[in-house]
Amino acid sequence: MRAALPVLTVLAAILLLWYLAVAPMNIRGALDLAERSGRAVTPETPLARQDVSVWRLMAQNPGQIAAAYELDRPRLPTPQQVGGELWKTTGEMALRGRAMSKRSLIYHAAVTLRSTLWGFVLGTALGILGAVAIVYSRVVDMSLMPWAIISQTIPIVALAPMIIVLSSQLGIEGRGVPKAIIAAYLCYFPVLVGMVKGLRAPAPSQLDLLQTYSASGLQVFLKLRLPSSVPYLFTSLKIGIAASLVGTIVGELPTGAISGLGARILIGDQFGTPLAIWAALLAAALMAGALVTLLDLLQRITLKRMGMQA
Amino acid sequence: MMWLIFALAFWAGAWALNAALARSRWRDTRVVRIAVPVLFGVTLLVLWEGMVRGLGVSPVILPAPSVVAQTFAASTETLWEDFRQTVLKGALTGFAIGASAALLTSVAIDRSAFLTRGLLPIGNFVAALPIIGIAPILVSWFGFDWQSKAAVVVVMVFFPILVNTVQGLRETDAMQRDLMRTYAAGYWHTLLKLRLPAAMPFIFNGLKIATTLALIGAIVAEYFGSPTRGMGFRISTGVGSLSIDLVWAEIAVAALAGTAFYSLVALAERAVTFWHPSQRRR
Repeated sequence: MRAALPVLTVLAAILLLWYLAVAPMNIRGALDLAERSGRAVTPETPLARQDVSVWRLMAQNPGQIAAAYELDRPRLPTPQQVGGELWKTTGEMALRGRAMSKRSLIYHAAVTLRSTLWGFVLGTALGILGAVAIVYSRVVDMSLMPWAIISQTIPIVALAPMIIVLSSQLGIEGRGVPKAIIAAYLCYFPVLVGMVKGLRAPAPSQLDLLQTYSASGLQVFLKLRLPSSVPYLFTSLKIGIAASLVGTIVGELPTGAISGLGARILIGDQFGTPLAIWAALLAAALMAGALVTLLDLLQRITLKRMGMQA
Repeated sequence: MMWLIFALAFWAGAWALNAALARSRWRDTRVVRIAVPVLFGVTLLVLWEGMVRGLGVSPVILPAPSVVAQTFAASTETLWEDFRQTVLKGALTGFAIGASAALLTSVAIDRSAFLTRGLLPIGNFVAALPIIGIAPILVSWFGFDWQSKAAVVVVMVFFPILVNTVQGLRETDAMQRDLMRTYAAGYWHTLLKLRLPAAMPFIFNGLKIATTLALIGAIVAEYFGSPTRGMGFRISTGVGSLSIDLVWAEIAVAALAGTAFYSLVALAERAVTFWHPSQRRR
């Protein structure tokens, strides 16, 4: 808990900066609005205001600064507005018993979460299998490992629209499967690389010891290699789940998606409702935080029970 | 059918050759170390080509690698223009701004242990978030051209580099700092001669992570609006207009650019941190 005070201070500073930034970001919008409703603003037309800096605008129209914090379609909403929008589309709808309606973010978050988890499970399983193959087979190691490393340097996400087109051409209904594939793909390589490291973590002396016990290959794997890879596994799982979520959201971005947090961002962009974008972003951030924290907790419990607490 | 059989046979042959090479006594030579993965990659391409031709897959679904290569050769001008727009203007500018901002910030907050303790957990948390989602917001703030892409890249690369640098700046131990004190070195001297060099492996770690993020940010931000050029633009419109071969060519460019960018940073790392154990030649 030693870290709580500094973290809270920094968070408060960020929020303060955010609030301060809202006025200059929104003052033009606020003045346009005020002009249309017939109030006096200086300079009088939007064209004339274009060349005036936001600071001068704020100095000349101090009465309109408050309005900048209450726009319906702000360039930069206040944290309060974002939180309000998030509550309106989650908690409030849940209270009215419409948690799973298509207008609620809970529904969209569930869609995103489902694809993320499927992709995560698939990518992790394949990654672990690949790592086992690499550790036990020299050929696989020599041919696959360089590509696994190179693939980390490639912006794989560029493939996302392709995968969606491919799967729709192949007659796969809906977005769930292609999104999960993208998520799995992004999650695969971190897990693979981490697990290879983990499975190779035992020292030669430990392997030799098991040999003197005349342990079989399977026993060496189950009793030595697998347990010693667990810390590495959790570290890569945390990277993997974050990557899965990014993959799913990017998979929801190309035109045509209608459900999921990424689609909410896209629709908010197309319909010019910034509050919807910000609320979806906040929801995605909360989800990422929750998933990573959950894995972190699992890691602590597991490592503690295994006696490997760091 | 011929194609399919040929591809499968090639696969089997290449795999056997790889297995033989991996077990042979030259297996630790440089040539074999490079030849085996290259052969594996070529096998994948041949298999892809064979499947597409053998099974008669429509080029709208999945073009053969040879078709992609032809498109690549035929449209180098477009590809170069997109490369300049997305990588040179968007990604590299953003990377430079974001990296310098992160380095300056971490040196600045490093003087206060309080700020460091507060920012590290937040930075770590933010580095795990799907930051890419802010792309539409930044595009609406900075316009369609490369400036908005650079802005997305700045935000994406900032936190990984910040977290790594802050961690690296803590790397020196008390003994080394005391030694600098006995030399009567001030804060800046200690920073420049001891702590920054000691932090370099960490900084480069952050920079290497950021290279991929920079390209991802620049490409994905173009899905939300861009002038009529750029790799992300070409990919999203190509998917819409079913010129899939051009899309694959763009993906190839993205892959090459990513690997080249990463290798450049890795080369710089080798030059700067030649003293670090991980850089020793085996």
